[in-house]
Amino acid sequence: MEHYNMSLTLKVWRQKNNKEQGKFETYSVKDISSEMSFLEMFDVLNEQLIAEQKEPIAFDHDCREGICGMCSMVINGRPHGPWHHTTTCQLHMREYKNGDTIVVEPFRADAFPVIKDLAVDRTAFDRIIQAGGYVSVNTGNAVDANSIPIEKHSADEAFASAACIGCGACVAACPNASAMLFTSAKVSHLAMLPQGAPERKTRVVDMVEQMDKEGFGGCTNIGACEAECPKGISLENIARLNREYMGAMLDGGSQNAV
Amino acid sequence: MSLTGLFLITFLIVHCYINAQIFWNDGGKSFDELAHFMGTNVVIRTIEIGLFAFLILHIVQGLMLWAKNRAKRSSKYAVKAGNVNSKWYSRSMGLLGTLILIFLVVHIGMFWAPNRTAQTFGDGELPLYDMMRDEFQHPGIVALYLFGCISLAWHLLHGFYSAFQTLGLAMHKYKMMIKNIGIGFSIIVPLIFALMPIAFYFGWIQ
Amino acid sequence: MTLNSKTPEGPLGSKWEDYKSKCRLVNPANKRHLEVIVVGTGLAGASAAASLGEMGYKVKAFCFQDSPRRAHSIAAQGGINAAKNYQNDGDSTYRLFYDTIKGGDYRAREGNVHRLAEVSANIIDQCVAQGVPFAREYGGLLSNRSFGGVQVQRTFYAAGQTGQQLLIGAYQALERQVALGNVKEYTRHEMLEVVKIDGKARGIIARNLVTGELERHFGHAVLLCTGGYGNVFYLSTNAMGSNVTAAWKAHKNGAYFGNPCYTQIHPTCIPVSGDHQSKLTLMSESLRNDGRIWVPKKQNDSRKANDIPEEERDYYLERRYPAFGNLVPRDVASRAAKERCDAGYGVGASKQAVYLDYASAIERYGNSEANKLGLDNAGADKIKELGKEVVKAKYGNLFEMYEKITGENPYEVPMRIYPAVHYTMGGLWVDYELMTTVPGLYALGEANFSDHGANRLGASALMQGLADGYFVIPYTLGNYLADEIRTKSIVTDHEAFVQAENEVRGRIEKLMSIKGKQSVESFHKRLGKIMWNKCGMARNAEGLKEAVQEIQALRKEFWEDVFIPGDAMEFNPELDKAGRVADFLELGELMCLDALNRNESCGGHFREEYQTEEGEALRQDDQYMYVAAWEYKGDSSFELHKEDLNYDVVKPTQRSYK
Repeated sequence: MEHYNMSLTLKVWRQKNNKEQGKFETYSVKDISSEMSFLEMFDVLNEQLIAEQKEPIAFDHDCREGICGMCSMVINGRPHGPWHHTTTCQLHMREYKNGDTIVVEPFRADAFPVIKDLAVDRTAFDRIIQAGGYVSVNTGNAVDANSIPIEKHSADEAFASAACIGCGACVAACPNASAMLFTSAKVSHLAMLPQGAPERKTRVVDMVEQMDKEGFGGCTNIGACEAECPKGISLENIARLNREYMGAMLDGGSQNAV
Repeated sequence: MSLTGLFLITFLIVHCYINAQIFWNDGGKSFDELAHFMGTNVVIRTIEIGLFAFLILHIVQGLMLWAKNRAKRSSKYAVKAGNVNSKWYSRSMGLLGTLILIFLVVHIGMFWAPNRTAQTFGDGELPLYDMMRDEFQHPGIVALYLFGCISLAWHLLHGFYSAFQTLGLAMHKYKMMIKNIGIGFSIIVPLIFALMPIAFYFGWIQ
Repeated sequence: MTLNSKTPEGPLGSKWEDYKSKCRLVNPANKRHLEVIVVGTGLAGASAAASLGEMGYKVKAFCFQDSPRRAHSIAAQGGINAAKNYQNDGDSTYRLFYDTIKGGDYRAREGNVHRLAEVSANIIDQCVAQGVPFAREYGGLLSNRSFGGVQVQRTFYAAGQTGQQLLIGAYQALERQVALGNVKEYTRHEMLEVVKIDGKARGIIARNLVTGELERHFGHAVLLCTGGYGNVFYLSTNAMGSNVTAAWKAHKNGAYFGNPCYTQIHPTCIPVSGDHQSKLTLMSESLRNDGRIWVPKKQNDSRKANDIPEEERDYYLERRYPAFGNLVPRDVASRAAKERCDAGYGVGASKQAVYLDYASAIERYGNSEANKLGLDNAGADKIKELGKEVVKAKYGNLFEMYEKITGENPYEVPMRIYPAVHYTMGGLWVDYELMTTVPGLYALGEANFSDHGANRLGASALMQGLADGYFVIPYTLGNYLADEIRTKSIVTDHEAFVQAENEVRGRIEKLMSIKGKQSVESFHKRLGKIMWNKCGMARNAEGLKEAVQEIQALRKEFWEDVFIPGDAMEFNPELDKAGRVADFLELGELMCLDALNRNESCGGHFREEYQTEEGEALRQDDQYMYVAAWEYKGDSSFELHKEDLNYDVVKPTQRSYK
């Protein structure tokens, strides 16, 4: 792989906090190596701003290996940037060439209010999980792990759904700012396992209700979520959620629902 | 949306089947027979009320959904992903639906409304086949119909699959099947409809 | 002060059973009035908070991330060990215990490790009950694989995302308790001080990272589940936010720090590509199951990997350790790689890398696939294609990750790997009950020092985090809180809270007021270089002494010239980072002192002066078979306390993987 250096123009969304209006600022960076990750390029920019005694750009990030789901950013209109099945932290600069202009915005959705610059508040996702995204089993009560064999195919499918990292790219990508892919991934994960079966009806109804309450939009099956999901969560999860939901409603809805 | 949509899809099949009778090129004989049946049978007329109810419901639901979803992102993106991660027609169902609605108003005003008026208050059914032949001599009207059919095709291209997805049926092996049937349906049905004004205009059928 | 580990008397196998039968309990009505603070929401923190919430305690859970699910446990790839013996390959609780003690180079407490092995099987049961989708066989039963340093298959896994799946299981259990009102969650909060009243931990001062406000929180007990301190090296496989701050504040408030120099360097990481590097990425150790590690036989060989013929390759692990080959424990594999690179056999542009080659695995799998399919005359290309499919199914996500980072296709060219800081076996000293030397202050998971000795075996970190949180603390905490049922909740305007908050505020104001010229990041990088060069994979007395001097000078410079932009009363990641780096600048010194004190080589601690003729680690059991627990005595002043390690069951020998 040939390495090269580049200069770039960055247009980055700056917003002091949730109350103030934001706007784009333009920056230029030089000597960016094609071997850097996108966030390392931001590190360079931030160091440059600090050297000028200016405020660096706030952005969320943590593991930098594509699994914690903390990094966000919409890069040239695309959540997590242009690479397929890749989070922002795993996007590398060899994607870009000298002279490119890159526009970086926060994940935009009313349910994800901006905290500062590119960092947004995604606690709505935690509350969706709180509404039912679990198996109600207390510590210490479990039977032997091999006492319930699970068909390999179901286990694999459950794993594929459970691979969701809760980053919120689905919401950011969706023209409706819907959280359906996220919610459906959790519903699917637990619906496909025998452990999740006893609560499957209340779970889906309560989680969907919470999703609506949080201010996410409705799903119209556009599919941008699936296309942008860094973990390849499939739209089939949404179909499954719909099926679970209808099954639950036909059966009298959630016992918890008022 | 999905249930009303699927009902409207069913209606399209019936509508398309009946209107396609013109292609027998028998001077409208086959068509008129069926049109007469549809226009006078009590059961069908009752279903017709349901059809309008579903159509209105579909429109109202659609508008509400559109308005609700639009309000979920008050601060818009400066750069739009566009067609990179989704299809334009999937994002434009409201617009396509509105175009279809405009077309429908003209279409209903041209055939259905005068016919029902004549049936109820006048001298009975109108000669729909002859009316079609006359109307479709005007290039403007043919163009409007083509426009309506194209809008319908795009609307169906998303709507057909989407309805099954919402009902939780687009899963596993059925997913691709539904997608493919949807594509076929969205092309064939609007194409047959579109061929009607064209065939009249070019005098392929008399 | 003599350190009492409070390990129960009696035979090893019944210590924990006896403890559980005899420890005091808190009745449900009293639990409702007892408040517990849990800092950190990784495997240890989330499982502890959830379990304690289920039991009826009033729990407050804190994490600096935006959600508990982000904790760095999520990044663990390979798996979790459990002595289930599902594979009928002779595994048992004793063998897991023995492997862990041996893997830790005889520097861990027998009682703790045996307990860990005992509860390991319960962890798997618990996680499966929560819906953790472990890998399964076609018969529907759980699948296992082998992992470095052991000879049985006892590792449970979920593709290369085991940590993620386990953490999500614990996170879901935690969120359930939040929904039930038993746990209150404080995300984007960082603990900055322990509050002690009458010698007992009674709460914390936390900073709301969004608003910058300082908050006082009371608890009858405080649990630190804040992970390890590998980021003291700047470059590590830890998350960017991983830090020692909570543990360090506890240390400065009286909690002893155990074995700070024990650092695990993981052998299979993607090498550093340049100065811009912000963190290192681990490639799961499971890759060593099928990959072969080699360097050229010729020094400074600049040919491309594929141009180097078989007979000119040195498979140095297979050569040096025929019994374990590429599966030797992490510390051994890491040192061997360093040895080769230092001797001039390194590969890649930096020459600080070795090859991890899948060519022979692809061929081997390809041949067996061809046999399966009955293709007797399959050509080399066909075999390669079939082999790639198998490798892709097993390691596809790891290969994809490697390609994303390096731009090279590992199916065609051997991967380049190099050791990187991964885990810290050292941590807050805790007794058998996981309590630190401060009553009421506990440390769980990687934050404590307890179970891994001087080196941790693969797939054991997840096991320990969950063992502590799900199965140990629910018993041991009750044993302490049983005495606290008469303690009313203390209002947070108590002078101890006021004073602690003032101290925190003073420190933040001081940091903000320096207004120097250098960024926090630049100090962190410099500290990292000192630590890596002088307190890294190989250490010597001279280097360590220099490092202590350099760190002291760097710390002074930091407090005179650091620049923190923005304001303290807002979302300010630079300020958060400054506080963490300031603590690393103190910890780094203690690590060097500990490494200097330990005149032996054991596990992850390798002192160049103490090695066998063949270059293997040389322990000095007669002098150093103890836990070094350091007490903070003020600036650069630490007092050593020793906890002698008694091996009643296992007889320490020199580890041999030959």
